[in-house]
Amino acid sequence: MATTMITTLDRSSRAAARGLSDISIRNLFIIPTVLFLIVFNIFPLIYSLGYSFTDFRASTNAPANFVGLQNYRDLLNDPYVWSNFAITAKYVIISVAGQLFVGFGVAMLLNRDIPLKGLLTTLLLLPMMLSMAVVGLFWKLLYDPSFGIINYALGLGTFEWLSDPKMALYAVALTDIWMWSPFVMLLSLAGLSAVPKHLYEAAAIDRAGPFYTFFRITLPLVAPILMIAVIFRTMEAFKTFDLAYILTSQPTAELISIRLYKMAFQEWQTGRSCALAYIVLIMVLAITNIYVKYLNKVKER
Amino acid sequence: MRKLVTSVLAGIGLTLACGTSVYAQEKSLTIFWAEWDPANYLQELGNEYEKETGVKITVETTPWPDFQTKAFTEFNAHGDAYDMVVGDSQWLGAGSTGGHYVDLTDFFNKHKVGDVMAPATVKYYAEYPGGSSKYWAIPLEGDAVGWSYRKDWFEDPKEKEAFKAKYGYDLDVPKDFKALRDIAEFFYRPDQKKYGIAIYTDNSYDAMAMGFENALFSYGGELGDYSTYKVDGFINSDKAVAALDAYKELYKFTPPGWAKSFFVEDNQAITEGLAAMSMNYFAFFPSLINEASNPNAKNTGFFANPPGPNGDQFAALGGQGISIVSYSQKQEEATKFLEWFIKDETQKKWAALGGYTCSAAVLKSPEFQNATPYNKAFYETMFKVKDFWAVPEYAELLQQLNQRVYPYMIGGEGTAKETLDALAADWNATFKKYGRGQ
Repeated sequence: MATTMITTLDRSSRAAARGLSDISIRNLFIIPTVLFLIVFNIFPLIYSLGYSFTDFRASTNAPANFVGLQNYRDLLNDPYVWSNFAITAKYVIISVAGQLFVGFGVAMLLNRDIPLKGLLTTLLLLPMMLSMAVVGLFWKLLYDPSFGIINYALGLGTFEWLSDPKMALYAVALTDIWMWSPFVMLLSLAGLSAVPKHLYEAAAIDRAGPFYTFFRITLPLVAPILMIAVIFRTMEAFKTFDLAYILTSQPTAELISIRLYKMAFQEWQTGRSCALAYIVLIMVLAITNIYVKYLNKVKER
Repeated sequence: MRKLVTSVLAGIGLTLACGTSVYAQEKSLTIFWAEWDPANYLQELGNEYEKETGVKITVETTPWPDFQTKAFTEFNAHGDAYDMVVGDSQWLGAGSTGGHYVDLTDFFNKHKVGDVMAPATVKYYAEYPGGSSKYWAIPLEGDAVGWSYRKDWFEDPKEKEAFKAKYGYDLDVPKDFKALRDIAEFFYRPDQKKYGIAIYTDNSYDAMAMGFENALFSYGGELGDYSTYKVDGFINSDKAVAALDAYKELYKFTPPGWAKSFFVEDNQAITEGLAAMSMNYFAFFPSLINEASNPNAKNTGFFANPPGPNGDQFAALGGQGISIVSYSQKQEEATKFLEWFIKDETQKKWAALGGYTCSAAVLKSPEFQNATPYNKAFYETMFKVKDFWAVPEYAELLQQLNQRVYPYMIGGEGTAKETLDALAADWNATFKKYGRGQ
């Protein structure tokens, strides 16, 4: 199938004059990328799998001993690691649901003829163009109980967003929602504008109410693209590090990636952190696979 | 996962870069340290060295949160980007047993460094394992946790009168931990946006440990026995439990949102006029007497960590020694620099530039003690300091401390006794894992 997509080389072109065939040009483009992937992605991935079965510590000269499944056993028996997973799951659900709600909502509002629509859309996209670390630093100031603008605007006095163990995770999720709702909005807008107008006209002729139109026409037709947004955001939210690391140090907001970072680069438990990284990888793969299955089902309909 | 891949990538990149770099400048040395004022002073001292010998000294820095990670990434890659590193006192174990530091025992004995520098600094910045007479660093920047306070608040006659009426003794620099607590409570007035005290609470590196140690050591408690690695009956002793409760008590009187605070926030507490007293490393005090960085500079005073209920008085140790990196190609040149560095006149210059010298002679000189408002408190403190574990797995021990103590301190979960019992169990398991003691 891939070959049919390659346009054949124009016989009078310079490449053809040099005697390059279609295949060799394709290879010229693909091989460096594949090599790059193998050297910098696949190889370290497999190498670290080997480390995950040892007690290797990168900070010492001691040789790595093979310990079998010990690392995996310890990690899966560690209540702290489980609590990190639980926190991460909670964070993913809150943050992705929030983004879906806000992003899709804003897209519905924008999906009509309004003046300055282009400018408005561009402005709304700004948050996701910022760096995660910068957003984290900004929001840390915004949340500040003494001089933060959020407490001032909402009249909350000295409410401690980030220091309150119960609130910290929600505060991080809120920042993530602010940052990534535009992404969902963008995809939803593309989906919404692809819904054929005649369906709405038909619905209007049949005197369908707005709710009926939304649930029977809009939502089913936008669902596949919305699912893609959910997949992307879930994967990203699962891996969130910078935002949460900068905003708060509450143990109640310690995501799995923060635990992984501490284990790997502060404690230098290289073997064990490789094992944890693999556990996380398997979880992300599993969740993504469930989504993809569901996405295919939605598409079939 | 991506983090891991990136790091492996970075490692490969570093190794490649190191393998191929060309040593164009023979006569230059690079010292790696964290990004803060003392590093600038060290650069100035290095410039003096260049004038005398023609060897160029470059002090390379990175922000504190990355310092440990970046240094060890370089060590682990066996890179020679740095000839010397001014490493944290806890790194000694990892640096020496990991083969990253050059053994300086001969240098130490030849130049009698043990007599030149204050005893505590030799013990904690240079020797590993404790009591082995093997040395891996030269004490460079002495540091410990001390306190700054608002003199104008303390000296206000109205406040003095109100304080005496409430507590029955005079408002003054705290004589012990109880007075520290009372004064913190006295000045805690959220309605006026004034708060009692600023302490360390950050749980990402050693902030929480340092803060808690200040209370622990002055209460007569210990982390454990440094030679046998026994922790039961030390870290969870009655004294330690009382110390943790005392430290948690102080948290009540901190400014709002004080759950991730370290040196930056604690200095801000004084510069922004938030708190009456603030805990911090001496190394951060120079900016508090500078009017450009502290509008309350004139009204800021300093005191040493007060004694606990039994009169024990200690403080948590910060500070660093300078070590030669074993992967450096210029170890001889680096040794010459260290020979120059330990000379008395260099140490005097170092102190004059703003560095906290560890030289016993300079510390004891009246000239040093009267140079700044905090030098005297520094001198007093440097002879009664204690430090955290310096074993190679110190980071795991720190993480376990953070993991146990933080939820109790900030979230109010469980009791002090439960917290410290759990911590003792964690530490026991870790020491067992690495085959120490028992």
